[in-house]
Amino acid sequence: MKLALDAGHRAFADEVRAFVRANLSPATRAKTVSGRHYDREDHMAWQRALGARGWFAYTWPKKHGGPGWDVTQRFLFENVLAEEGAPRILPFGVKMVGPVIYTFGTDAQKDQFLGPIRDSSVAWCQGYSEPGAGSDLANLRTKAVRDGDHYVVSGQKTWTSFAHWADWMFCLARTDPDAKVQQGISFLLIDMKSPGVTVRPIIMTDGAHHVNDVFLDNVRVPVANRIGEEGAGWTCAKFLLANERLGIAEVAASKRGVRALREIARAEPNAGRTMADDPGFAAGLADLDLQLQALEMSELRALSAMAQGGAPGPEVSTLKIRGSEIQQRIAELAMEAVGEYAQPFQPGLLFHESNDTPVGRDHAPPAAPRYFNMRKTSIYGGTNEIQKNIVSKMVLGL
Amino acid sequence: MDLSYSDEQKALQEGVERFVREKYVFDTRRKIAASERGWLPDNWAQFAELGWLGMSFSEDDGGLGGGALETSILMEQFGKGLVLEPFLPTVVLGGGLLAAGGSAAQKQALLAPMIEGKKQFALAWLERQSRYNLADVSLKATKEGAGWSLSGHKGVVYNAASADTIFVLARTSGGARDEKGLTLFAVDGKAKGLSRRDYPTQDSLRASELTLDKVSVGADAVVGAVDGAFPLVEGTVDRAIVALCAEAVGCMDAINAATLEYIKTRKQFGVPIGKFQVLQHRMVDCFTNAQEARSMALMAALKIDDADATVRAKAASGAKVQIGKSGKFCGQSAVQMHGGMGVTDELSVSHYFKRLTMIDLMFGNQQHHLTRYSNLAMAA
Repeated sequence: MKLALDAGHRAFADEVRAFVRANLSPATRAKTVSGRHYDREDHMAWQRALGARGWFAYTWPKKHGGPGWDVTQRFLFENVLAEEGAPRILPFGVKMVGPVIYTFGTDAQKDQFLGPIRDSSVAWCQGYSEPGAGSDLANLRTKAVRDGDHYVVSGQKTWTSFAHWADWMFCLARTDPDAKVQQGISFLLIDMKSPGVTVRPIIMTDGAHHVNDVFLDNVRVPVANRIGEEGAGWTCAKFLLANERLGIAEVAASKRGVRALREIARAEPNAGRTMADDPGFAAGLADLDLQLQALEMSELRALSAMAQGGAPGPEVSTLKIRGSEIQQRIAELAMEAVGEYAQPFQPGLLFHESNDTPVGRDHAPPAAPRYFNMRKTSIYGGTNEIQKNIVSKMVLGL
Repeated sequence: MDLSYSDEQKALQEGVERFVREKYVFDTRRKIAASERGWLPDNWAQFAELGWLGMSFSEDDGGLGGGALETSILMEQFGKGLVLEPFLPTVVLGGGLLAAGGSAAQKQALLAPMIEGKKQFALAWLERQSRYNLADVSLKATKEGAGWSLSGHKGVVYNAASADTIFVLARTSGGARDEKGLTLFAVDGKAKGLSRRDYPTQDSLRASELTLDKVSVGADAVVGAVDGAFPLVEGTVDRAIVALCAEAVGCMDAINAATLEYIKTRKQFGVPIGKFQVLQHRMVDCFTNAQEARSMALMAALKIDDADATVRAKAASGAKVQIGKSGKFCGQSAVQMHGGMGVTDELSVSHYFKRLTMIDLMFGNQQHHLTRYSNLAMAA
């Protein structure tokens, strides 16, 4: 057991860093640094560059076209990307549905779908939540009725992130209305261009459009687009959720966040000195830094255990809980550091609709919107209350 | 001791409750927020007619003789409705400065018409480097003949775009953060050399950055004593903090009521989610936090006219700490218990959350007032 990197891993990190510097658009990087919103092409162009290098599906095993990296390489890759200001990888294709397809799909499905996910030529979204099925996901009502070689799918999905950018949606639908709740659900892949698919924006409290309602009105989906057996969708859903919970700890992004927070603290004036010299603030920041180190080490332990074989266990829920709390705390401290200048609302700057100079320092405009927006992290991917239920039941046996 | 409202105070509370109920339905508020001015002159005229603008001023000043408690009664209901009319900058800050430090001539020229609803005010104290410190002022006022010339920058000035008069805190002597050497000037909102950059705030109010480039004012523009504005401004800001605390209490009541209703009706796993103990306990904590906030806000309102300046300052800072803490807890909890709905622009919950968050950032956040309270308590 050792923590230090060997020469091979150090060379690997250098190689990744050189690649990011050569291939990440400066405009996209600038958006990361200043906390502004990306557009679809910012994500997709960057992901295609990774795909062309064979690195986009970096968590996949070799036999499905991934690079077959070890835990350390994945860790270094994520950290270098975050350090260099790359946008977060949109997880819906590569981290969510991809592994479901290569684990549960047929050879024909693997041939059709894995390539375009690996090179990021298609964008995916996740059709899970419904108005009546949030924490209680198994209560979903969207129904898929068999009609020859097709399912006819009707219902409403909600909180669907980036549905307005997506080419495909993976979706849970009820194929057997008479089965017990978790049975009778099937996992379907839906082409977003299919007749009957309507996407309606949901505007968030920070003014951003990231999530949507997706209405499905008699959408015809080939039976060939079902992953796994009919009625076995819950197995795929659970497999995917465990992966999702691991991914959304966002450790690498939070490390960048903590570094950025130190920069902000050094730049923000406070009684002739800066916020970095404020003992109360500095203690809060140090405390956060340490929480993040504990999270990172816990995640590494989980990844290391996974490398010895096996899927992520229910204890990854604790990573999701802490990861979300840390993301929220970073945003909270950034707003606190900015102080009164977090009050001006400047959506034009955040959404690139104006070239105005910011009111206050460059890091001021996103401070409050980000604080508001980050509240979602303890809600999405299964609320933290649900995560605690999982841990108490599955890990502690309560 | 008697902590119950008088009949007059009850009537005032009922009146403002009715106003909010009738004029501040959420969709109406959304329209007002989107309008050019950001507030409604018709509503302001109604405030004047109902006597609210003069409620907390002495009869000698043309008011109705109420005090901080009356201001709090109004502000609490304004908080419940997320009222957008600029009561705080115009009445509590501008009016408060004039009542406490204005000359007879200034009161006649400015305070009397304000009470009639004919004048709007703003207070420009903050600068880029100030961070809640009222004395961290570098905007300079220099002697110019019988009057003064003002040059420098002011930031996040609420209601500046609507203000007929902007009260500008300037340095006339002393060093960067000296409390002595500050002078308050009443500057015409359309003065030559005054330029504004207007913007909405996170919570749909209106504020501006001001640049003053050799703005000339007469000697009669000085409010209070030359070089001696600090206690006047600090005292008035402390009164504004007490008013803000009452507003926050109204916000918390509203956001807690919305959350309670939501968890009673939203069903998951076949039952209302309010049946789950983890949410019950969190809701109880919200309720307790709101109770503490109400208690501290009331205490501050009752102490803010105390003869002892330290008692007044400790009361304002103590209440602001509690409001920061409780506001954050209630706001974050409301969003969490509403789930995805809580982070949408569609429901009022996110708007209360934003207002509570911004209230913490106004006139010093929780941490700032904890330090101020601690220093005052240690010195005593």
